[in-house]
Amino acid sequence: MSIAVSDKNSAVTQKRSIGAVLWDYLTTVDHMKVAHLYLFGGAFFFILGGIEAVIIRIQLLVPENDFVSAGFYNEIITMHGTTMIFLAAMPLLLGMMNAIMPLQIGARDVAFPFLNSLGVWLFILGGIMLNMSWFFGGAPDAGWTAYAPLSTTSPGHGVDFYAVGLQIAGAGTLMSGINFLVTIINMRAPGMTYMRMPLFTWTTFITSILILFAFPALTVGLFLLMFDRMFGSAFFDVALGGNTIIWQHLFWIFGHPEVYILILPVFGLFSEIFSTFSKKRLFGYTSMVFATMLIAFLGFMVWAHHMFTVGMGPIANTIFSVATMAIAIPTGIKIFNWLATMWGGNVKINSAMLWALGFIPSFTIGGMTGIMVATVAADYQYHDTYFVIAHFHYTIVGGTVMGIFAGLHYWWPKIFGRVLNETLGKITFWTFFIGFHMTFFIQHFLGLMGMPRRYWVFLENQGLDTGNFISSLGALFMSIGVIVFIYNAIYVWLKGEKAAADPWDGRTLEWTTASPPEHYNWKQTPLIRGLDCLWIEKTEGNGKMTPAEPLKDIHMPNNTIIPFIMTLGFFISGFGFIYQTENKLWYIALFGGMAIALLAMLVRSLQDDVGHYITKEELKGEAK
Amino acid sequence: MSQDQILNPKSLPNSPEKATLEGKNKFLGLWFFLGGETVLFASLFGSFVALRNSTAGGPSSEELFGLELVFLMTVMLLTSSLTSVYAMYHMKNHDFKKMQLWLGITGLLGIGFLGLEIYEFTHYITEYGFTFRSSAFGSAFYSLVGFHGGHVTFGIVWLIAIMVRNARRGLNLYNAPKFNTFSLYWHYIDVVWVFVFTVVYLMGKVG
Repeated sequence: MSIAVSDKNSAVTQKRSIGAVLWDYLTTVDHMKVAHLYLFGGAFFFILGGIEAVIIRIQLLVPENDFVSAGFYNEIITMHGTTMIFLAAMPLLLGMMNAIMPLQIGARDVAFPFLNSLGVWLFILGGIMLNMSWFFGGAPDAGWTAYAPLSTTSPGHGVDFYAVGLQIAGAGTLMSGINFLVTIINMRAPGMTYMRMPLFTWTTFITSILILFAFPALTVGLFLLMFDRMFGSAFFDVALGGNTIIWQHLFWIFGHPEVYILILPVFGLFSEIFSTFSKKRLFGYTSMVFATMLIAFLGFMVWAHHMFTVGMGPIANTIFSVATMAIAIPTGIKIFNWLATMWGGNVKINSAMLWALGFIPSFTIGGMTGIMVATVAADYQYHDTYFVIAHFHYTIVGGTVMGIFAGLHYWWPKIFGRVLNETLGKITFWTFFIGFHMTFFIQHFLGLMGMPRRYWVFLENQGLDTGNFISSLGALFMSIGVIVFIYNAIYVWLKGEKAAADPWDGRTLEWTTASPPEHYNWKQTPLIRGLDCLWIEKTEGNGKMTPAEPLKDIHMPNNTIIPFIMTLGFFISGFGFIYQTENKLWYIALFGGMAIALLAMLVRSLQDDVGHYITKEELKGEAK
Repeated sequence: MSQDQILNPKSLPNSPEKATLEGKNKFLGLWFFLGGETVLFASLFGSFVALRNSTAGGPSSEELFGLELVFLMTVMLLTSSLTSVYAMYHMKNHDFKKMQLWLGITGLLGIGFLGLEIYEFTHYITEYGFTFRSSAFGSAFYSLVGFHGGHVTFGIVWLIAIMVRNARRGLNLYNAPKFNTFSLYWHYIDVVWVFVFTVVYLMGKVG
């Protein structure tokens, strides 16, 4: 067996060549480095999706604008939605889960480090695949929901890139879901019972269940779309007996749980932030856990509320309407628990806390309009207007994006070893927060006045001019906020001081490791004595975790390039799928790519990869 | 103690497939994977049920299906589930040779099933002109049954790979979980076939 590599794991202390760093990331199976890849990838696509959003707002700045053409506008709105949901919000959340969840339960890595690496590469190359469409004759233009028959009849290869790109990225997400579930069930430190897990770990767990049961529906939907577009099947071809509503059902059976996949993790991380910066135990921990489960459970039975106007009939509509409204109850429990956590606490307001405080009213507005659009009769009026746009941006930006910013400010020291600058952080918050409400609050009224979504121009003097102008102005503020954040990240990377292990006087296990942690996380697995285990040690012990085991050799997985090669195979094969409709020679790419991927799988299965040991002596040598 | 010694103990424990953390993780991870697969097949079944009467003037399921062939296929696949149970029984008794024997029989039954399925598909295409493209029913039929057949194919390749790889070295704590996860996967594919048989063929004949 190979001998442990003494890898100091920090680019700061040791200058390494760019090639070495690149190879390290290509082959890494370490959960923190995989998290870095998720975060870098997610940030890149977030900027891309942001640029697309800005183009939308410039186009709608004034009536009958001709900044972009109608066709290009369709591509922009499609790519904005798809990119933000699949390639920005989810990977950024998966990145934080990857970085923090193993630390919170006292694990040295995730259960399947190989799959973890495979998942991140599938996401990155799937995202690149999707965006390749810009350079190969036009991006998808059927909206992020890709309703048939608009999607099946869309000319060119845009929608093909959508189907194949999401298929690849989606497979990666599914793997992460399974990985996190097994990690949390099998690899908790001694004493870390389920009801002692920090809430972010809990929401990671429940989100993973959602991923596991939601994504396969998308997989099937995308397969049917691929078959119809690329191989001449007739699922959505009404002339041959097809049924276009099947796409809507499959898409939303995935799509509605997906919105809870986006929001539940940030519910968890807000719980951590409120508790830490109020210096109080989370109010109603148990009810928080069960509220999360209830939201996830109900999240699977409300998909058809996206389809009220399709004509399912009053009975089906009513059932889905009532089920949807029921979700307000567990969500309300959470909102009140957060407020009660702060109540009487020693509240400290910094940038992370500002995002958390801004989240509560923003998300509550989104929840309230959610009840409005859940009301069937009224939804006939709201459907496909800017009211819906305003609603889901209040939940996704006001919830998920604010949560991502909060989490990044909170965990930046743990993930990157630096504390973000407070002043810049506050500037980010205020510009983004004000810009967000400027952009989207007015859109409720634009929608109520009848402005439909996805239209590339509007007429003047219809009462829509001022509203759209204000909305576009808000986008400018949000952009400034994001730019300041990026500046902040670069600034602290170059100029910032190394962060302490526990900069926030934290309560949970991740703050007991160095910032950033060693790649084996702990020399000795800690013993957990209760909820908020570090806080217990701070108040009742000596402030340090008691080890649960003697110092002994640590078993760690080996780095490997196979996940990257496997992904590359799928990537090449994807192009084969898309272009075999034009020229049969592309079957070479299709089968060649598949062969590479399957061979990589075979090598992985047949090659013994039993990992390596970090010996006791090495661990002692690293004692500081 | 090196990893080699841990994985090749002098005497194997009672459940060698779950004796290591990696083994436990694989076991649980595969169960979750099968949970996801359930949604995958449920979506395909849903689409099939919605489209099974959309023949667009082409042949319907009553005209196409012959239950004799499907019965034979069902018997072969369900028997292969039983033989894989025997294989796992011998694995737990640390009898590597007998395990390989029963796994081999499992694989042969799987190949037999697959051969009959390929015959069935060619029969429909050549005799009835019933293809993936002829109607929404055709698309849904070949997708659902084809996805199942694809899973069987993958399973057979997987089985051959791990059987050949470990043929010379026998059972240890590193490869026992691999055999066990294969067996779980194989059972699952058989369970899906029970539903295919009921929903596609039985309901297609009498429903």
